[in-house]
Amino acid sequence: MSDPAPTSPAPSMQYLFWAFLVMGATSLGGGVVAYLRAGLVNRYKWLDDLTFVELLSISQTLPGLNATNMSILVGDRLRGWPGALVATLGMCLPGASLMTAAAFAYGVGGDDPWSKAFLHGIAAGAVGLVLVVMVQIGAKVLNCIADYVIVIATAAAVAVFGVSVPYALLAAGAVGIWWHRPRRGKGPGP
Amino acid sequence: MKQLGDIAGVFAYLSLLTVGGGMAAFPELKDLTVNTHHWVTFPELMHFYSLGQLAPGPNMMMVASIGAIVAGPVGAVVALVAFLLPTGILTFAVGRLWTHLATWRWRPSIQHGLGAVSVGLVLAGAIILGRGAITDLFYLGIAAAVFVLLWRTKINPSLPIVASGAIGIAMYALGLK
Repeated sequence: MSDPAPTSPAPSMQYLFWAFLVMGATSLGGGVVAYLRAGLVNRYKWLDDLTFVELLSISQTLPGLNATNMSILVGDRLRGWPGALVATLGMCLPGASLMTAAAFAYGVGGDDPWSKAFLHGIAAGAVGLVLVVMVQIGAKVLNCIADYVIVIATAAAVAVFGVSVPYALLAAGAVGIWWHRPRRGKGPGP
Repeated sequence: MKQLGDIAGVFAYLSLLTVGGGMAAFPELKDLTVNTHHWVTFPELMHFYSLGQLAPGPNMMMVASIGAIVAGPVGAVVALVAFLLPTGILTFAVGRLWTHLATWRWRPSIQHGLGAVSVGLVLAGAIILGRGAITDLFYLGIAAAVFVLLWRTKINPSLPIVASGAIGIAMYALGLK
């Protein structure tokens, strides 16, 4: 990019924590990445768009949640390891506190038939949400027949035949990486 | 103390399976928390997972709920830290080494190869979640409606999820469920 957006100087630790706390508290309905971009690139201007996309690609490649991986990478960029720590803390604190409170509320009212009716409804809704997320990730990463074979084989192994995730991950991962191995004279993948 | 150790072990292990997002770890999360340790029943796990989709921030903060059920607020903190620390350290280290790795010729291969596997793991998680949540055609209808809405429009995902819960309550109020 020849003309990156101007970026502001690195924020103080308190401000960094506060910014991530606000993003962690307001990013309702998943898709934290969109909230992060709006905050970090557009509002605070701590990152230019190119850096954001680069950090996002690291976050998505590595294991871990995208939102916490982004918090670590951005926090480290801005304020070193203490920055990574406070950014992650701020990002997780609102959701984790709510879910801890939910555990206690569930202990009190979870057996109530009205709660059960609600929870069964949202569980069915969550299945729809997970499938949409799968289709969205799939649209980005699947581009040949072999990819689809790997998807079906992995899902069937785990969900139908009860293969444990690490074995499926190692076996299918090895096949997938080998299939897309670097080849001389052209880009990765067949 | 033993319980806190178990929580730390389970969630640190699950952390390493979250390739491409939290849902990839769901099958193993169910196996360990329901079948191995009996911390929650499968319906309870399902409920917390779904509630977690309504909470702000990263989508797997429900690990704090499981920790809290087993060992109170301390359990919640232990579960969360264990779940974030192993991959967190990895991400931190790779973030610093990235300039060296960016041009590594195996990097696109790993990204591409693991991408397909993570989609497969999310599908497996959806199937396992679906077995518990989709108990009849009515709930299948809810899941399908949410899928189509989120696939075709740009509305905030928490809205159709809350609506799903409201429909569940309405059906109960009408004596239909």
